[in-house]
Amino acid sequence: MKFLTVSPSPHVHGAASVKSLMYDVVIALLPALGISIYFFGVGALVVTSIAIASCVLFEYLIQKILLREEPSVSDGSAVVTGILLAFNVPANLPIWIIILGALVSIGVGKMTFGGLGNNPFNPALVGRVFLLISFPVQMTSWPVPKGFGTSYTDATTGATPLGIIKEGLLAGKELPELMSEVPGYLDLFVGYMKGSAGELSAMALLLGFGYMLYRKVITWHIPISIFLSVIVFSGIMWVVNPDQYLSPLFHLLTGGIMLGAIYMATDYVTSPMTTKGKWIYGIGIGILTIIIRIWGAYPEGISFAILIMNAFVPLINSYLKPRRFGKEASNG
Amino acid sequence: MSNIILYTILSLSALGVLAAIILYFVARKFKVYEDPRIDQVEEALPAANCGGCGFAGCRNFAEALVRHEDISAFYCPVGGNNTMSAVAKLLGKTPVENDPLVAVVRCNGAYSHRPRTNIYDGAASCAIESSLYTGESGCPFGCLGHGDCEVSCNFDALYMNPETGLPMVVDDKCTACGACVKACPRDIIELRKKNPKDRKVFVSCINQEKGAVAKKNCEVACIGCGKCVKICPFDAITLENNLAYIDPFKCRLCRKCVPECPTNAILEVNFPPRKEKNVAQETTMKVRTPENTDTDTNK
Amino acid sequence: MSVLKTFVKGGIHPPDHKLSAGKPIQNLPLPKQITVLVSQHIGAPPKLLVKRGDQVKTGQLLAESGGFVSANTHSPATGKVAKIDSAMDSSGYRKPAILIDTEETDEWEEGILTDTVLDKNIQLNGGDIIQKIMEKGLVGLGGATFPSHVKLSVPKGKTAEYLVINGVECEPYLTADHALMMEKSDEIMVGIQILMKGVGVESAIIGIENNKQDAIEKLTRLAPAYKGISIQPLKTKYPQGGEKQLIKAILNREVPPGGLPIDVGAVVFNVGTVYASYEAVQKNKPLIERIVTVTGKSVKEPANFRVRIGTPSTAVLDAAGGLPEDTGKIISGGPMMGRAIPGTEIPITKGSSGLLILRNEEAKREKIIACIRCTKCVQVCPMYLEPYLLQTLSEKDLTDRMEQERILDCVECGSCSYICPSNRPLLDYIRLGKSKVTKIIRSRKK
Repeated sequence: MKFLTVSPSPHVHGAASVKSLMYDVVIALLPALGISIYFFGVGALVVTSIAIASCVLFEYLIQKILLREEPSVSDGSAVVTGILLAFNVPANLPIWIIILGALVSIGVGKMTFGGLGNNPFNPALVGRVFLLISFPVQMTSWPVPKGFGTSYTDATTGATPLGIIKEGLLAGKELPELMSEVPGYLDLFVGYMKGSAGELSAMALLLGFGYMLYRKVITWHIPISIFLSVIVFSGIMWVVNPDQYLSPLFHLLTGGIMLGAIYMATDYVTSPMTTKGKWIYGIGIGILTIIIRIWGAYPEGISFAILIMNAFVPLINSYLKPRRFGKEASNG
Repeated sequence: MSNIILYTILSLSALGVLAAIILYFVARKFKVYEDPRIDQVEEALPAANCGGCGFAGCRNFAEALVRHEDISAFYCPVGGNNTMSAVAKLLGKTPVENDPLVAVVRCNGAYSHRPRTNIYDGAASCAIESSLYTGESGCPFGCLGHGDCEVSCNFDALYMNPETGLPMVVDDKCTACGACVKACPRDIIELRKKNPKDRKVFVSCINQEKGAVAKKNCEVACIGCGKCVKICPFDAITLENNLAYIDPFKCRLCRKCVPECPTNAILEVNFPPRKEKNVAQETTMKVRTPENTDTDTNK
Repeated sequence: MSVLKTFVKGGIHPPDHKLSAGKPIQNLPLPKQITVLVSQHIGAPPKLLVKRGDQVKTGQLLAESGGFVSANTHSPATGKVAKIDSAMDSSGYRKPAILIDTEETDEWEEGILTDTVLDKNIQLNGGDIIQKIMEKGLVGLGGATFPSHVKLSVPKGKTAEYLVINGVECEPYLTADHALMMEKSDEIMVGIQILMKGVGVESAIIGIENNKQDAIEKLTRLAPAYKGISIQPLKTKYPQGGEKQLIKAILNREVPPGGLPIDVGAVVFNVGTVYASYEAVQKNKPLIERIVTVTGKSVKEPANFRVRIGTPSTAVLDAAGGLPEDTGKIISGGPMMGRAIPGTEIPITKGSSGLLILRNEEAKREKIIACIRCTKCVQVCPMYLEPYLLQTLSEKDLTDRMEQERILDCVECGSCSYICPSNRPLLDYIRLGKSKVTKIIRSRKK
């Protein structure tokens, strides 16, 4: 008989691995991908596959050549970053811009900090914000959804529903008038609107949310706390003046709140470690998003909100410790 | 355009001057008085901040040196006698003079001498393995090979030999600060007197089990037979708990004990080769794995 | 008492693998030679009373308790003391042991009753019960081997309200307690009444997980006949058998940090210990045997055995079909908190609850990667700690912060290492950190 193996307990291990968790996220994103291809055709497919391929390639090259370590792309985290980056940009974005975004996401957003587990900011959002600031025109011309008929290079473009509202309010128009220029609520829920591939369909994203909860990939705290704080804060503004401020439902269904709350804010590496922390984090993101949407220069605020709260996470981790066992003890 | 530049320069300079003035007064008000000799003593110390003196860094040591009248209990192993006499001169106190020391690894249980009997699959830390069980071989005192000592060394003086699984000390770099001694959970490393030409004679084993048990687990274990004790002309060797120990301060490096040892547990290092070759003296470097180790190792 | 309770925060659900469930307890034949380790409990080692050549009877005192927190060791067989030597225990270290060449038939020590008739009449009073339990060398049979009489002696200033009986057996694979609850149900009930008298409480609650429905039903049927005893079915979750988690689940009370169950009015005992108490008090029988589960996916016939203490593990493994060819690891105890033993020559002791064989492909750990901050370890820790942080602090030797982060609260259940997707050795480092912090605290007190 060969030698026995000796190691400290425990001697069994659960089924979860980094790879299985990352691929569960990919599966959860498939409904949203399906919807975006349905509405935007080839463009969505091109953008998504280029983003994934470039993210994986850049991570592999950086690890192998620059860092001279064993490449770890098989763990799937670069694939997830690629998909999320693609979901944050218009479906007709030129290929070279996508590749640049992937380079910034992986190279700057992840690898400069030490690779998986060490980055303080969400890599996909770092890439997206970089692209938004560097290429404002390309990043804000959203293709009109025409199904498979939508061509990749020549699509007619326009502004997202939030963009239309923002410009309209700035021009002095009032909400009741502007609402006729944007899709109705059912369209918004299903996803028939202009926007990035990931923003479209709340329905598809919520399906993915359910799947991730079932597979125990994420907990419900961060998305629910973001939704709640968005509803409460925007709700207060809406009740005060419904002609100037959008309803909470509109806020939830447009822009990147669904995508951001469920997939971006819940990124493991950049979110807090305790339940209390997750609540504060979520509430902060919700409030900041609405502030930027209402008073900020951009029509969409969740990317910036998440990045800002990412910066607070180490502080949140230090101060919001879990309640300790036996703190309130009954006397014996 | 030049107005803007002028105003910018003026306003920033004014801010700078204002800040400087405020800082000056604040620094004056909150200044902590320190004995100026502390800085001087700190300059004289090697600035390794290794903790070998027992204090929290060189500055902390300098403070203690200045504070205490009698510094005979204080010694910097990295700087040695030279540093201590320099410091003493600065302070007008009497230094202690110690023999220089060097770290010595008292285990020769390489893979070839001490076969594995099981496989350890836990975290790669000697402290963790040693708190779990006896180790991959039958010897409960031997080196575990994960390199806690190598990690603890601040002077690059210790590295793990991948062929033998044992740590090797680089005598030139070792400052005898004691970090590796503290790091080893089995107390295998000892600080012994440093001899000219880095010569060493020592018992390379700390196994206290009865001879037969120790020998079964490792070919070069000390079996506590006492032959070395009898042969030593300087009474430098003592036997306790089935283990022989050579006192480095009494040992005169005559090497009479080395060929006496039936298991070659006593090592002589950095000596010229003897006239008649003693083959068993060389530590064999053959790598053994569980697959190619058979149970009968005493060849 | 039929609503399923559990401890709410933390815990994991490892697959059950109760391969030997429902198998009746088999008596293992006495081997030719037994190796009785002198010290088989937490606390001071006992003093040896016999020497080489002595003839000993079954149940005779071999070594006398070495203090209050210590226990007696009795002879599990009749025979001659062959040698006083040292033998390897599960840590690989050699400890003092008594080797006895056994005789086939038992010659029992004076006063021990060998009949199996149920004796419900508890004649002794509380103090005498504690005395008897101490004399008979009883220690906690859940695996911790803490001397039972110490637990029964409630310190001054504290009051006991409940006796909590641990019938949970939350470790995967193990079924010894389950078998005992099914086969010796009445004796266990009497045993509980004995312990209730010893501690001085009016109520006892038996916690049983709902993967043992037959035990829950049987004991619930019997309970009305025994005053003060009730059954609490629990949702299956690991580590519900840990006393702090069990008290939280059943009584919803949290033991304060650094405290004991008695601080919240509870005293916890394992069903194996309860059965041994029945035998000790009603039949004068000392602790000389226990139920051991032999199990594993490659074991030919996983089963529960009644084994005399000192039996070599090889004999127990042979009775279950022999050591399988593809054995990678042998674990004394369960897979979450048991000890991997370095060789099969290790004898059965009072704390050996099971022998688990893991195959080669199950025995090795996976590759370790960086912490991805997924918070799963924080979610599963039943003591509300942050294992990822404690592991990092332990690696960096930051003992002050470890103490602040309450590393000493850790019960070493292993849930964190189990759930970590990066396969990080969290518990290994946390244990190391605990020992470092304990050493420092001890040196402070001096």
